[in-house]
Amino acid sequence: MYPADFRYTKDHEWIQVSGGIGTIGITDYAQHSLGDVVFVELPKTGTTVKAGDVLGTVESVKAVSEVFSPVSGEVTDVNSELSTAPEKINQDPHKSAWLVKIKLADAGEASKLMDAKAYTEYVEEKEKEQTA
Amino acid sequence: MSTPAKAELQKTSLNAKHRRMGAKMVDFGGWDMPVEYTGILAEHMAVRTHVGLFDVSHMGEIEIRGPRALDLVQHVSCNDASKLAVGQAHYSGLMTAKGTFVDDLLVHKFSDTHYFLCVNASNQDKDYAHIVEHNKFGAEVENAGGRYAQLAIQGPRALELLQKFTSVQLAPIKYYWFTRGEVDGVQCIIARTGYTGEDGFEIYFAPEFAEKIWDHLMDAGQKLGVSACGLGARNTLRLEAGMALYGHEIDDTTTPWEANLGWICKVEKGEFLGREKLLMQQGIGVARTLAGFEMESKLIARDGYSVLEGERAIGTVTSGGPAPFLKKNIGFAYVPPEVNKPGTKLGVAVRAQMAAAKIVSVPFYKRAK
Repeated sequence: MYPADFRYTKDHEWIQVSGGIGTIGITDYAQHSLGDVVFVELPKTGTTVKAGDVLGTVESVKAVSEVFSPVSGEVTDVNSELSTAPEKINQDPHKSAWLVKIKLADAGEASKLMDAKAYTEYVEEKEKEQTA
Repeated sequence: MSTPAKAELQKTSLNAKHRRMGAKMVDFGGWDMPVEYTGILAEHMAVRTHVGLFDVSHMGEIEIRGPRALDLVQHVSCNDASKLAVGQAHYSGLMTAKGTFVDDLLVHKFSDTHYFLCVNASNQDKDYAHIVEHNKFGAEVENAGGRYAQLAIQGPRALELLQKFTSVQLAPIKYYWFTRGEVDGVQCIIARTGYTGEDGFEIYFAPEFAEKIWDHLMDAGQKLGVSACGLGARNTLRLEAGMALYGHEIDDTTTPWEANLGWICKVEKGEFLGREKLLMQQGIGVARTLAGFEMESKLIARDGYSVLEGERAIGTVTSGGPAPFLKKNIGFAYVPPEVNKPGTKLGVAVRAQMAAAKIVSVPFYKRAK
């Protein structure tokens, strides 16, 4: 379910780092919790963010959810397709529905985040709380 | 993101069924309820185009009996229940002495000495206490929520689906009328009412039969495009249809005049709780009225966002969100009456931005007759 080459945050963002660029999205757990996504607001390219800053907003029919940047750096690309097809976030959250690409300010920052195994356990714990 | 389910949450008799169906469950006013099964958009569209099935057993029922049952109903509610025929229902407000809403409700007339009220789940105990407190008529008041399950069958094919399970002829039942009869072999109240803006029925019956009736309706409904629907779709459907939700458009600070519910406020019927204040407000005029608006920007107005006219903050969004059938973003807000005219431009503060909106006439959606 959760790709092994991604890192994950407690707020359910993922990041895949390659060649100093981090591709960022929200996880399958996040899209499922939100339900049908109807609107996405993303930053402009060139925006500089710190880890933990609000990167954008994903809205479903019933909820508004902020997306926090997992890392510090400069936004180099945004997925403009999502403005006309926000439902892609529900359909393909780990691939084609990436949100932004960031040029990393600190190459080591992402490695401090949860790996797929830790995130899977984290999510299982969350799901247990809900069905308890 | 979500609240963990708590042990003390109340459950309908279909709770295990919802969980087996994979519904996303939420704490809704102390009830563990399904918010969605397959997705709010698909469920919403199923009700507009085919048929949806909702478990609304959390709704409360209060029964009032006795020779002076009508006097009590008339005293606590603002609509004129003396106008109801046996087998007829109407929408009404349970009033405080200030002329504000304790709750909104449906009043069904079973007989001259027996009225059946359907009230909001989270208000049931408060409503019951309020009615008992004002029962100077010696009527018998029963907090009967535990004796009823309630299913809503809503959509253009609702009649066709429900008709498969009852020998009661459904087509002659008029909107806001009801009858008693068997559905799937179970004695039910069958009311042509709903909270979606579509044709449909709400049926009330003993909770032990809920799972059987649910399963049979779902199975037989497959060919008709039935969808199980959660409270998420119930909310988007009622908003699109321009209906108020207690705790949002109406509460114990709002009056029927302010909420554009003057049509349920029959001050001419004689004495009732809050009538003096309502007459006074009718004379003076209201300082705010409920307006429907649609967004002219892509941004979505949500509950609690500020509404502005020019630079001036004039109100707050009471309910806001996407209208899936209309494919617009809509909402309700209280605004000064002089502003409340279709076409008036508003701004809604969405995060750090000012999003353009305009007042439109309500209901936003009206089904073709």
